[in-house]
Amino acid sequence: MLKIQSENQVMTAELSGELDHHRCAVIRKKIDMLTEQERPRMLRLDFSGVQFMDSSGIGLVMGRYRQMSLIGGKLMVINIPPHLKNLFRLSGLGALGVLE
Amino acid sequence: MTYTNEMKLSFSAKSVNESFARTAVSSFVLPLDPTIAELTEIKTAISEAVTNCIVHGYKHGEGTIYIEAKITESGKLIVKIRDKGYGIPDIKSAMEPLFTTGGEEQAGLGFTVMQNFMDKVSVRSKPMKGTAVTMEKHIVRHLKNDRA
Repeated sequence: MLKIQSENQVMTAELSGELDHHRCAVIRKKIDMLTEQERPRMLRLDFSGVQFMDSSGIGLVMGRYRQMSLIGGKLMVINIPPHLKNLFRLSGLGALGVLE
Repeated sequence: MTYTNEMKLSFSAKSVNESFARTAVSSFVLPLDPTIAELTEIKTAISEAVTNCIVHGYKHGEGTIYIEAKITESGKLIVKIRDKGYGIPDIKSAMEPLFTTGGEEQAGLGFTVMQNFMDKVSVRSKPMKGTAVTMEKHIVRHLKNDRA
């Protein structure tokens, strides 16, 4: 459901399945626990396996952006699948420079 | 107006039911032969409205969420999502992009998504009585020959 790997201080979280308010709560806790422990210089959120997402997924990205800023790291969102492009466009996240 | 199909659902305001709600409504519109993109838009809008009921309507405790969906003769989906919760004190602000009272993890995009993905969104709310969001979307008729 959620696979997290770290290499050279770059942490990559592979998200999959359906990202709604229910699942985002669980994912958020896992990612925050690991970033606080390992303090990576970059967190990459990989959306390639996400089949469905609502604005909770955008909230997840915004919250991790803040979290990474607090520890002096960067956030990148990678592999946004075509069916989620509309939602990301609406979100205005592009202005933060976090979208690949 | 004449309806060709109708359904009503009520379920506990638990976040685990967000998936159930959007899947149920998307199954209900399937006979209209929507495209994958139309289905995604409907599922996303339903998910936003149901999440609002849980996060805002029933922020102080448990409750029930009600969904009523209808399909018109012209192929339009009309879906109403209602709670008997807290109500929205200021609907105009609530519908502004990025406005949220839900804390740091809420993007404040729920109504923006609903308005962009559905043709029409209207909100009625009374403090301490609840909120009803009604959304409409016309499903474009496709010629059978066009579909792969």
